[in-house]
Amino acid sequence: MGRKILFVTTDQQRYDTLGCNGGKIARTPVVDSLAASGYVYSRAVPQSVVCMPSRSTMLTGQHPTTHGVWMNGVPLPEDAPSVARVLQGVGYRTALIGKAHFEPYLDPFLRFYENALAPSTRVDSGVDHRGFDHLEFATHGAVGPLHYARWLSTNHPEALAGFYPVLDGDFQVNAQGGGDTGAPQVHVNPIPTEWYHTDWVASRTIAWLSALEADSDWFCWMSFPDPHHPWDPPKSELGRVSWKDVPLPEGYITSPEEREKVLVEKPRHWKMWYDGTLVTNYEAPAKWVPATLTEDQVREINALNAIECELIDEALGRVLGCIEDRGWSGEVDVIFTTDHGEFQGDYGLLFKGPYHVDSLMRLPLVWRPARDVEPSPSRIDLPVGLIDLAPTFCSIAGTQVPEWMDGKPLPVSNQDGLERGFSQVLTEWDSELFGESVYIRTITKDNWVLSSYLASTLYEGTEGEFYNLSDDPLQQRNLWSDPGYRSIRQDLADLLVASQPKAHPTRIPLQAPV
Amino acid sequence: MIIESAPRNVWDYIGEPDRLVEWFDGIVESSTSDNQRTITTRAGFSIPEEIVTCDRTQYRFQYKIVAPFVRDHLSTIDVFELGDERSLVSYSCDCDPATMALIIAGAGESALRNLKALIENEG
Repeated sequence: MGRKILFVTTDQQRYDTLGCNGGKIARTPVVDSLAASGYVYSRAVPQSVVCMPSRSTMLTGQHPTTHGVWMNGVPLPEDAPSVARVLQGVGYRTALIGKAHFEPYLDPFLRFYENALAPSTRVDSGVDHRGFDHLEFATHGAVGPLHYARWLSTNHPEALAGFYPVLDGDFQVNAQGGGDTGAPQVHVNPIPTEWYHTDWVASRTIAWLSALEADSDWFCWMSFPDPHHPWDPPKSELGRVSWKDVPLPEGYITSPEEREKVLVEKPRHWKMWYDGTLVTNYEAPAKWVPATLTEDQVREINALNAIECELIDEALGRVLGCIEDRGWSGEVDVIFTTDHGEFQGDYGLLFKGPYHVDSLMRLPLVWRPARDVEPSPSRIDLPVGLIDLAPTFCSIAGTQVPEWMDGKPLPVSNQDGLERGFSQVLTEWDSELFGESVYIRTITKDNWVLSSYLASTLYEGTEGEFYNLSDDPLQQRNLWSDPGYRSIRQDLADLLVASQPKAHPTRIPLQAPV
Repeated sequence: MIIESAPRNVWDYIGEPDRLVEWFDGIVESSTSDNQRTITTRAGFSIPEEIVTCDRTQYRFQYKIVAPFVRDHLSTIDVFELGDERSLVSYSCDCDPATMALIIAGAGESALRNLKALIENEG
């Protein structure tokens, strides 16, 4: 028997939302406990700051340039490499329960497997897609063809209308405000907690685990759709965090003048988005203007986000309880992370887009190895990437890391990381939406983050961002044009060019907005 | 999309409105009466369309979605002759709201790939 793997992901969760990372709003005792007995990574970086490319990186162990999912709406080819298939090949039972999003969601033709699965087959094992032999899908809200929406529609149809409508009548991401402050994508959802998708994901995971043979080796990717917007947790949970008591985030610049001064030092799409003159990411509501965001709205969004993080933590606790009951607690590795971050008020912004700063790029990552291997708890400060997850799963399973994976098994200490060359991570952004393109290549190394902008409809290819994470942890001072940093900037820019990964053989066409 | 077949062979599919189900992945039913076509997607959506142009001389097919979820729409499929046994097929879409254009064009691109495979395998 090998070690079993519970891979837990959330969607759009910031580093500072966990207690073990210094978070003070959400109570996350379950993940904190895993962190206390395992490895905590303080500089885990995604290879893309939006869902589809980032999730494809987790599955393939490849950079977006290599796996080919260059923006949301571009499907990962069905025959793309998959760590689940590798594990399946060495005898693991494999499941993905919750949010997948390797394929576009806006799909009225049900052309993509993820969307077509629930309407076309029974909800049980026996499928084989991307190396998973069990799949049950959910996403934000309760509309659409995925398993959760169909389950809710069949069993609790009265709850459907309680969710925030993710899209508006123009099929744009909804800008409608709600809650106490009128904040965008905020909504009071009367759904009982046990019917909410967070609990559904945990319950379906428990059902799958409970049906396995005791001596099975298994890999379960439990993928919560929250705390991604819309922020519409169950109404009964709102008393957990009073938004009026939530402090403003450190990255929120209270003076509008100071805020705008910081934004204009960055490449121009930052300020253009703030002013509402340009939206470069479909998932940011096009009809919402960030400059209108109020302090109270930031507080309310952070409160609701914290509530969703707490619900996830408790749901994970239920699953770990099942693992305990099955007698597996000594044999299961648990890895907890997310696909990318969220502004949540930093710089006066919300959501995400082509912005390579810690708000979106510094991720929670905790690995609690199986207790039977007696891990020495450690905090690892070297940069690691989501690209290192797939090789880590292979390593846990005791199988060779395939050559097609770009990453390496995660280090278990700073010393281990130094010896194995963990010194830099790459992140990339490509988008082409409604006539505007943005292409960014970023390197994180030795407390520096350098982003080089390639030629596009917005940029000439000479622009960039350059931050010193030690002196400027909130990345408010762009050193790109500072002559005092020219030498180190050039060295990193050269390294960035030299480090670019192998490109996918074709440019996969954009198939949908998301 | 370049298809290794004569335009008339490509037009056999495109110019016959209800043959759409053979090459457009995700459309499971199509029925046409006069210039009104109704398609049904695999997700169960029934979408009424108006056929604006079906010109076998110019090999041009144009249709409009007339459902309430679009304010305006026009898709155009053109078949151009590149040689005796070679065609260039273009599928363009103008739509308000623009998001729908991305969805239709994405599906259209995939449909042309199916059409190419279908026709070239026949040959």
